[in-house]
Amino acid sequence: MSNAASAPSNAATLPDGWEMVVGLEVHVELDTATKLFSGSPNHFGDDPNTNIDPVTLGLPGALPVLNRRAVELAIRLGLALNCTVQSCTFHRKNYFYPDLPKAYQISQYDQPLNIDGYLVLPGDVRIGIERAHLEEDTGKSTHFGGTSGRIHGSDYSLVDFNRAGVPLVEIVSRPDIRTSDQARQYVNELRSILVAIGASDAKMEEGSMRVDVNVSVRRPGEPLGTRCEIKNVNSVRAVGRAIDYEARRQILEIESGGVIRQETRHWDDAEGRTHTLRAKEDADDYRYFLEPDLVELDPDREWVEEIRLSLPPLPAARRAALAALVGIDRESEAAYVVVERGQDGYVTEVVRLGGEPGRVVVYVQQAFAEEGASPRVPAGDIVALSVLERDGKVTATQAKTILAEIVAHGGGDAAAIAGEKGFEALDANAIESMVDAAIAAQPDAWAKYCNGEEKAVGALVGAVMKVSQGKADGKVVTAILQARRDR
Amino acid sequence: MTFPTVAALARGIRTGKTSAASVLEEHLRRIEEREGEIHAFNLVTADRARAAAAEVDAAVQAGRPVGPLAGVPIALKDNMCTRGVETTCSSKILEGWKPPYDATVVKKLRDAGAVIVGKTNLDEFAMGSSTENSAFGPTRNPLDTARVPGGSSGGSAAAVAAGFAAASLGSDTGGSIRQPAALCGLVGVKPTYGVVSRYGLVAFASSLDQIGPFAHTVEDAALVMETIAGHDVMDSTSLPQPAPQLVDVLGMGVEGMRIGRVVDMPEGSEPEVLARLDEAFAALAKRGATIVDVTLPSLQFGLTAYYLVAPAEASSNLARYDGVRYGLRVDAPDLNAMYAATRSQGFGAEVKRRIMLGTYALSAGYYDAYYGKALKVRRLIADDFAKAYRSCDVVLMPTSPSVAFPFGDKTSDPLAMYLCDVFTIPTNLAGHAAMSVPFGTGAHGLPVGVQVLAPALGEATMFRVAAELERAR
Repeated sequence: MSNAASAPSNAATLPDGWEMVVGLEVHVELDTATKLFSGSPNHFGDDPNTNIDPVTLGLPGALPVLNRRAVELAIRLGLALNCTVQSCTFHRKNYFYPDLPKAYQISQYDQPLNIDGYLVLPGDVRIGIERAHLEEDTGKSTHFGGTSGRIHGSDYSLVDFNRAGVPLVEIVSRPDIRTSDQARQYVNELRSILVAIGASDAKMEEGSMRVDVNVSVRRPGEPLGTRCEIKNVNSVRAVGRAIDYEARRQILEIESGGVIRQETRHWDDAEGRTHTLRAKEDADDYRYFLEPDLVELDPDREWVEEIRLSLPPLPAARRAALAALVGIDRESEAAYVVVERGQDGYVTEVVRLGGEPGRVVVYVQQAFAEEGASPRVPAGDIVALSVLERDGKVTATQAKTILAEIVAHGGGDAAAIAGEKGFEALDANAIESMVDAAIAAQPDAWAKYCNGEEKAVGALVGAVMKVSQGKADGKVVTAILQARRDR
Repeated sequence: MTFPTVAALARGIRTGKTSAASVLEEHLRRIEEREGEIHAFNLVTADRARAAAAEVDAAVQAGRPVGPLAGVPIALKDNMCTRGVETTCSSKILEGWKPPYDATVVKKLRDAGAVIVGKTNLDEFAMGSSTENSAFGPTRNPLDTARVPGGSSGGSAAAVAAGFAAASLGSDTGGSIRQPAALCGLVGVKPTYGVVSRYGLVAFASSLDQIGPFAHTVEDAALVMETIAGHDVMDSTSLPQPAPQLVDVLGMGVEGMRIGRVVDMPEGSEPEVLARLDEAFAALAKRGATIVDVTLPSLQFGLTAYYLVAPAEASSNLARYDGVRYGLRVDAPDLNAMYAATRSQGFGAEVKRRIMLGTYALSAGYYDAYYGKALKVRRLIADDFAKAYRSCDVVLMPTSPSVAFPFGDKTSDPLAMYLCDVFTIPTNLAGHAAMSVPFGTGAHGLPVGVQVLAPALGEATMFRVAAELERAR
């Protein structure tokens, strides 16, 4: 979920002497009121074939009229991805399929709206964006009967045209990605940006964000290998798994003397593998040509500048600001999580009101997962709790319990809750005597710890926590034990 | 045989001298008499027309203001969408399809009070020059029923020539209004690309298609043009200009105007056609215009370029007739077989020929050699016209190399049929305006049309010249 550099990698490493080269094509549905070329609502989840009209259905004689708001959102995205916004044209991409009403998709071809941008991943890894262009979505086919869920072998198929004509931006990265972690970070960062600028809700599970993956492998320094495109990658987790699987498959193929054929492959998430969908030779010839029903789109320079000025701070800048405010690393888990939830504004407010920065960011990261960008808990309640903990009135463990209570009730007086629960931080003398008792009761553990076996401290700390009924602060106990040993 | 003009009918109805109902019945009577022989219509909408006429009459009697075409019977080429009324493009693949909406021109005609009498026959999807390519049988030329009315808007031309409607609308992609107008002795107008909305016109070649009128007189054509032209937000290629004022300029004459004569005009015209053209130049010169020689060297490539650009666009525009959502579906065991069966049975030979031609021209590996090169020729033609129009205001050419030809004359030779449009195609490729005006007769005493070509948005000048030719004939 998070992009933090410190997050452990699930990615298995590739065999020595190999690297993967990955590029992503991400389709994003723009959050407009109406479709790209008609006035029908752009709304997910309505009854099938209710958001339709002559243009959506491709009825004879119907003509497309470009949606200005869709262009605006696409430009917003282009600017947020550091692209150049340019004068552009629309082309027809011709192919037959029942959910493509006109038998062509209006897309952009050799003159896209946004070109030459980039996106920055943790560790200042810069991934180039080749283009981010506008196009219309297709309808949605559902195939009944048969076993594969695909049209081949099915008894019949139904088509819902509600999605047909929904505005999409296709964001094509350069092949700059070298690990599956980076690919997941890229998708997460892109999603954060899309949400931040209000261009899309970017939900992979609802299909408003769809990722196709291009993977090839090579020995470092060699020219690019033959790539395979992987479709049906429907979650961020699947992005990582599919890439790792595919890279290893290609390496295995090459090492056993085979060659990689350029093809489109299908990710089977349940089986955890990819298989051939169609070879390059079987690919459609889309017969692109300039869409004669539309004119050149030449965004007014002033308009583009207005849009640029209206952009909110982007996630990277917000993470940096948050990190500086609360004293954490800008690539830390907390920075990513809090900004991704849009709760950095809330943290800032709590700190402004006197909250202890380091404690506040931890509270929000740990306990506000179910809260949105505007948590219900009054900022003052979090200020009070963080001050209690800072002043040693409650332990970290106790603070966590109080926090859970506050969040569950949408607010609460930290001091009162501490009182109700009988929480009081133990004074230093009380803890010292509990430590004495623990050492006396477990001399073996103490000896091991003194001999450098760090893990042995756990048993001693645990004993103190038990005796104190959780009122002792684990960190303080550990510090005391360490101080005695090192004395 | 002469029929009352749009101008006269509209005036008579508006002033109560006659009624829309009686005018309509007069036209329906003529349809009753001759339609069996002519086959101008795919559908006569008599009941709807009577209701529309009654509305006009009620408005006139009540003293309510009525539109400029109130009560005037008008026919529509059957490739313009009419809400709830079958629109077939003379193709089996669309047989029975009823659009849920009106084309913009249809809405504008209704708003102007026009009474729509029916949907006229055409070459299937407007692909042809004789109306012999209709899936529902050919239309006959009312002036000589052994001959074609021209095409593809042959039904619209025949309907006006036979007095079935006072005016009609056709569509012109490469000459489909001007050529049948010439062959049927009518005025036919191809407006500047973008002057008349294409919304609701079933597309053949989107970058070339324009709707325009057929009428008996230049004034009638001007009246209809003023009604149907103007910006439409539903058509992105519609120009921002309001409808041109044309009726007011018809009497302004051609004094001081420069008329271009093309010195390197494609050959192959009948001698009578060239003789009428010469007479037209002489008539305009006599009325104070200067004849200027111009050169249009790329004109000779127009036909070739057109038969790549138009089929390429058509191959894409007609791909939607796939049996999935409307129109004909021929059932088959799987999807691709259904597509193939539906399109094999639904389209006629000429449509299939052009779909294949266009698909080929756009294919990977062939695009540059065919479609790409055709686009370059298209630009050359526009450039040549632009140069010519620096020294002249309009250009005069024949509309059609020949008068109306007998049925079957060219059906076995597609290229001979394509040559019918050699003088009309360049205007569509350039996106300019042109119109055909009857100017005397040729072989067999059949009408000859002279074509007036004007630069983009040159409609007013074009109509002035056309009106002068009409007075001179």
